[in-house]
Amino acid sequence: MENGGNSTVHTKKRGLFSISARENRRIYKYKFTRNKLSVFGLALVAISIFFAVFVKYIVPFPEHIGAFVDYGNASQPPNLIYWFGTDNMGRDVFSRVIYCFRGALLMSIVVLTISVPIGTLLGLIAGYYQGTKIDTVIMRLTDVFLAVPALILALCIASILKPNMMNSMLAVTLMWWPWYTRLVYGQTISIAKEYFVKNAELIGASKLHIMVKEILPNCISPISTKMALDVGWVILMGASLSFVGLGEQPPTPAFGQMISDGAAYMPDLWWMTIFPALGVVFMILGFNFLGDGLRDMFDKGGH
Amino acid sequence: MLKLIVRRLLLGILVLLGTSVLIFIIARVVPGDVATIALGSRATDAAKEALREELYLNDHLPIQYVKWLGDVLQGDFGNSFITKRAVVQDVKQFFPATLELIIISGIFIVIGTFTLGILAGKHKNSPMDGFVRLMSYIGIALPAFVVGILLLLLFGYKFQVIPVLGRLSAGLAPPAHITGLYVVDGILTGNFTVAWNAFIHLLPPAFALALGPLVQDARVLRSSLVDNSSREYMVVSTSYGLPSGLLARRYLLKPSAASAVTVMGLDFSALLGQAFLVEKIFNWPGISRYGINAMLNKDLNAICAVVLIIGFIYFLVNMVVDLIIAALDPRIRMGVK
Repeated sequence: MENGGNSTVHTKKRGLFSISARENRRIYKYKFTRNKLSVFGLALVAISIFFAVFVKYIVPFPEHIGAFVDYGNASQPPNLIYWFGTDNMGRDVFSRVIYCFRGALLMSIVVLTISVPIGTLLGLIAGYYQGTKIDTVIMRLTDVFLAVPALILALCIASILKPNMMNSMLAVTLMWWPWYTRLVYGQTISIAKEYFVKNAELIGASKLHIMVKEILPNCISPISTKMALDVGWVILMGASLSFVGLGEQPPTPAFGQMISDGAAYMPDLWWMTIFPALGVVFMILGFNFLGDGLRDMFDKGGH
Repeated sequence: MLKLIVRRLLLGILVLLGTSVLIFIIARVVPGDVATIALGSRATDAAKEALREELYLNDHLPIQYVKWLGDVLQGDFGNSFITKRAVVQDVKQFFPATLELIIISGIFIVIGTFTLGILAGKHKNSPMDGFVRLMSYIGIALPAFVVGILLLLLFGYKFQVIPVLGRLSAGLAPPAHITGLYVVDGILTGNFTVAWNAFIHLLPPAFALALGPLVQDARVLRSSLVDNSSREYMVVSTSYGLPSGLLARRYLLKPSAASAVTVMGLDFSALLGQAFLVEKIFNWPGISRYGINAMLNKDLNAICAVVLIIGFIYFLVNMVVDLIIAALDPRIRMGVK
């Protein structure tokens, strides 16, 4: 493994041969924008966030998001009034799809803000105490959580609890931390061998200081890259859960739920399935391209 | 080498035990009374009490676990709350269908990865390379269950050339039970109509499962081919005048394949998770559909069995992948870091 963005963090501290913060930003910007797909991804993500935040103000039929029935306009194919058509109850599919962005984004924010710090902390501890009992316990526990496909355990947990948005987020969160533990564990082991860590140990810095102030900053770039890529995966898993009815409950729409509802009306009302599916694709693609861009940006080997 | 295998086996058993604890806890901390969930609220107290006794619910949790594990090790997962049969019997009935499905998906993934990966890696920046790249982006973003629905739409309604639901067309009797894999059983019993019919039923769900992994793994193979082809040893071997076919196969493909095999292994294990949704869509009577129905109906005994079996397969697959990689890469085989 490469040592994360080692130099950029620590040269700043050491002065003398350091690159100025402005210069640093310029290099990052260059590396990120070199691949046009990263910029495209950033745009998709920005649009997704815009949709999620302002959904109530931008959709043509905000009242169609909840329980609403208008059988007079049911099952209309896409047209100028209903851009994505209407569903079997006459609700505007466009408004509902845009609303799904909010749930999907909320889910990934909640899942990652809870699971990433937990996973990181455990990885730091296990990596720093490598070879001890603490390491064994944490890493074997991680193995257990990774021993079955994450989707299956998440389905298990979500199905045992009451089916709602909250519990589906809980289920995915419980499955997500081990990946970060593994990532940070590997990073910590390689960074702990570096001279600046040995140096800090020699001076007599506390273990907490070494873990949090010396090692953790050097894990930030791989963690943030993984987080950007993971947003897409969390959205996918959330959609999978709601596809089988575990997640946001009707009438509030969610991607998976809309896709599964629409599948019952295939192929006549194809727009009920295709557009929510495209919504998922839109978000996942955006976050994946953004994540690739971040990886390029933090990659020291590039030219 | 042998040491490596033994170590992996022991670790695997340990992890599986951990998984059993995890799933047991999930299945027992379920909110509400387990007996009421299993039998419904109108069940008599006597029936509930009998079930509690059967599931050891009157003991403390750790003791419950030990007794439960004892039963499980003897192959007794208890009765399903839904089908009322022994879970093991259900699993025996449904498992072959899933096995058949993931084997065909695995074959798709292997063939597709090597074909597309080699085509893209051979002609870097050619239209084929661009096509594989585009497909890999689509493969990342398109969930398997969406691919499944699209295939259903395509073959079920638009072009009705391939049947899409279930394992066999209506009117065909399943072949005599030998392995439980309809294609194999059909061939063994000489009933080729059934074997062929079962085979084409397998194609759409297997493809839905394989598409995402396949295109992404092809990208991995492509980039390691491109990386390795500019290595010094390749330049030297080329200048020695080694035939290009030999060069490509033995000197380029073999070391490049290791990384692709690693991700293929991961993807192959992940198929078991994706199968939960794809089997539901294609109404495929496999263990994953059984599992998802068990989950949605809180059939706790069946959930435990399905998760443990999948954990076991996951472990086996990872083990086999490690062995393949060790065979491909002498550095790993020799334990060199």
